[in-house]
Amino acid sequence: MDKPFAITLDPGSSLANHTGSWRVERPVYVDRLPPCNDACPAGENIQRWLYDSEDAGYEQAWRHLIEDNPLPAVMGRACFHPCETACNRGQLDEAVGINAIERFLGDQAIMNGWHVEPGKPGSGKRVLVVGSGPAGLSAAYQLRRLGHEVSIYEAAEMPGGMMRYGIPSYRLPRDVLKAEVDRIVGMGVELVVGRPVTDILELMGAGGFDAAFLAVGAQQSRNAYVPAGDATHVMGAVSLLSSVDAGSPPLLGRRVVVYGGGDTAMDAARTARRLGATDAVIVYRRTRERMPAHDIEVEEAAEEGVKMKWLSTIAGADQGRLVLEKMELDEHGFPRPTGETEELDADTLVLALGQQADLSLLSGVPDVVIDDGVVEVSEDMMTGHPGIFAGGDMAGPPRGGRVLDDRTVTVAVGHGKRAARSIHAWLQGVEISRPERHPLAVYEALNTWYYADAPRTERPRLDLARRQSSFEEVVGGLDESNALFEARRCMSCGNCFECDNCYGVCPDNAVKKLGVGKRYAFDYDYCKGCGICVEECPCGAIAMEPELI
Amino acid sequence: MTDDAPAIARAVGTGARTTPGDSPVGQPVKFYQVGSFAAGNRLLDEAHRSVQSTLGRTNSLTSGHRACQGCGEALGARYALDAAMRAAQGRMAVVNATGCLEVFSTPYPETSWQIPWLHSLFGNAPAVATGVAAAYRAKGRDDVRVVGQAGDGGTVDIGFGCLSGMFERNDDVLFICYDNEAYMNTGVQRSGATPPGARTATTEAIGREPGNPFGQGKDMPRLAMAHQIPYVATATVAELHDLEAKVEKAMSLRGARYIHLFVPCPLGWGSAPHDTIRLARLVKECGLFPVFEAEHGEVTSVSKIRRQVPVEDYLRLQTRYRHLFGSSEPGGSEGRPDIVERIQRIADANIRRLGLLDETLDEGPPPDGSGGGLSDRAAAGVL
Repeated sequence: MDKPFAITLDPGSSLANHTGSWRVERPVYVDRLPPCNDACPAGENIQRWLYDSEDAGYEQAWRHLIEDNPLPAVMGRACFHPCETACNRGQLDEAVGINAIERFLGDQAIMNGWHVEPGKPGSGKRVLVVGSGPAGLSAAYQLRRLGHEVSIYEAAEMPGGMMRYGIPSYRLPRDVLKAEVDRIVGMGVELVVGRPVTDILELMGAGGFDAAFLAVGAQQSRNAYVPAGDATHVMGAVSLLSSVDAGSPPLLGRRVVVYGGGDTAMDAARTARRLGATDAVIVYRRTRERMPAHDIEVEEAAEEGVKMKWLSTIAGADQGRLVLEKMELDEHGFPRPTGETEELDADTLVLALGQQADLSLLSGVPDVVIDDGVVEVSEDMMTGHPGIFAGGDMAGPPRGGRVLDDRTVTVAVGHGKRAARSIHAWLQGVEISRPERHPLAVYEALNTWYYADAPRTERPRLDLARRQSSFEEVVGGLDESNALFEARRCMSCGNCFECDNCYGVCPDNAVKKLGVGKRYAFDYDYCKGCGICVEECPCGAIAMEPELI
Repeated sequence: MTDDAPAIARAVGTGARTTPGDSPVGQPVKFYQVGSFAAGNRLLDEAHRSVQSTLGRTNSLTSGHRACQGCGEALGARYALDAAMRAAQGRMAVVNATGCLEVFSTPYPETSWQIPWLHSLFGNAPAVATGVAAAYRAKGRDDVRVVGQAGDGGTVDIGFGCLSGMFERNDDVLFICYDNEAYMNTGVQRSGATPPGARTATTEAIGREPGNPFGQGKDMPRLAMAHQIPYVATATVAELHDLEAKVEKAMSLRGARYIHLFVPCPLGWGSAPHDTIRLARLVKECGLFPVFEAEHGEVTSVSKIRRQVPVEDYLRLQTRYRHLFGSSEPGGSEGRPDIVERIQRIADANIRRLGLLDETLDEGPPPDGSGGGLSDRAAAGVL
């Protein structure tokens, strides 16, 4: 040994010293369910397509998006975006404009002609879909991607269901709807319009269908008894909206009263304004807080000059006058009459008291249970009759599923997807396996310090004068720069987005960076378990676990 | 993407500043989710990412060192020296004073250092660094840079004479002080950098003025500035981009340079190991530790407070201040709100003196790592 004076040992590295043995807790990487994904009734992986959008990978983003929802341009307009209500960023500054980005992606797809291949080779199975609303289209699209032959039977002359006959064109332009329906039909889905189905079992037998998905929607306006003289013009909100879509709007007169407090009531009143009504008044028996209409609809209606009368019912109508009775809320929040009345001028009374489904096509089908006007379905969206599935507005919430009391386009798209996957499994005779939901990524798990302050980008709105006179789309879209900005506001709650922070902050150099897309790994030989990485992870994707000895 | 695709999208591809040829700080591309404040950023050019986010970082201080769980000094040393290694293109020698950093990294015959590293005594690190620099100069090796480093004891107390001389002679050394506010290696004794009110082994929490007395101690960054050396900066382990930018700036200059780096000590402060970076963040956000840079004795920029907090938020996480806060148990102490108030006044004075608060929204540090608040040169006008 040739060593300097007084030196007896060879030089060594501290790597020989495995400090991991000090540890009593260990950090582990986790994936948590982001609140946006959790809240999406269509089950979209929102965080995933926002991530793709952040580096302008719009087609990739769109392809992830349409795995769950074939109608992004429609949804980017008509969805009431529960994702944004749930968004954790709302607790920091303002929610990410998810709906606006979805619309941007949907519009990009239409503009660039992105399309979808049917996917798997033919299964030889034939599935009948009744109704071409969001639920029916969603199911047909998913079934086609799974390789089945699909025929949609639609009673109306045009496809789209309530997207066409319930949502006015100022919220959803018809060319957008057409483009997305055409894309689905273009995948090889047979679409038969003007063909109401009256006996489902007979049609299935005659057409050689192996399974059916029913999604006829709730098209019939509910009526309330209003004692009305002959001279008063009374009509249902759905027939008003659909006749406008058909290009033959009715003559409403100058003073229009809409009875009801849902989104359809708002749409009817806003439509009346556009048809020239100087006074459009909504009469609702409870208060604003208890109105089922979404806030944004109520706000936009008010902006357009629609007036609201709360706590009122219509006691009678005659000769262009309505008699309203004032209500008050009892201790349970139910409205009760006060006996006080007032009068209101009205040329037309529009009833928007909700819709119900026409379930006559199911009469005579054994084992189908109908409760409170909707068909009962299992967790797999199957009715009591094997092979017949149902969803959308005509079905109750799937058993065991989350109860979403909304009847929206988004819920319907979710039903369609769920049903399609169940039908696929049923046709193959296998049990469907549903992955366990990850624990929710709550706001408290985030370290928001790392997200720079960034206020939300609002979509432009049509000026009021044009909103009161035309059916032009009210809400504009984002352009690319602000869509990109908005996507980058996503905090990636609960899932690693490779910000390198854990790799940076470890005092023991015990985090290994595995390369782009591969995330990181802990080197437990040296990790002392200090927990700095857990504390400093911006998105809460690391958890501490006790060390088991 | 259309031809008139917005600038922001184009800028992503290049990682470029929107106005090329602008000041060194420039106008950054705006990044949000991807952590303008986090170590890395997948949307940025490699060249503009922090040293710590890269696979190729030196790891000057590698794994297996015997620092406590959550050691701020071990973290700060790797942050600073890795940045210095990049700036010096790998040609660098480091002189270390005695202290935790030396003891936990180099128990004979092992070492955690992956850079040329020299230890002599507790008090003479600045003088040895001066000698190393002189030796390289004599050999005509101006390309090799020299860094001296010490804890707060080795800097403000024991090594102060040597350091002052090094400053006065304007020797070509970057000296880094890792300030954890006491002699931690020997058992948490008070140093000249221990803050008022803090309990140490030699300033127990007893008597009318429990903990370290007010009105004593040394404000080392200001003492360094008084030497009129080319560059003085303060930084914390909570602001990586800012720290790396300052090290890079210091390495771009010649002569005596000084960086005072705030590094929490879980053992000596009685804080949770996972709170190390949080404490470093809070101390700056409450105003107790101003983060700024100065050239030739003049403050040239300050890092603004982003989310101001009362000093109590910082103090409460540390048992060395426990005696200042009452106990909820029956018969428990009432604490010393008067002392907390005095500490708050120190923070308020710092905020006033350096203009640490700004009404304008903080847009975050530029992703090219040139330091957040540093971009605000206007702040210098306030001083």
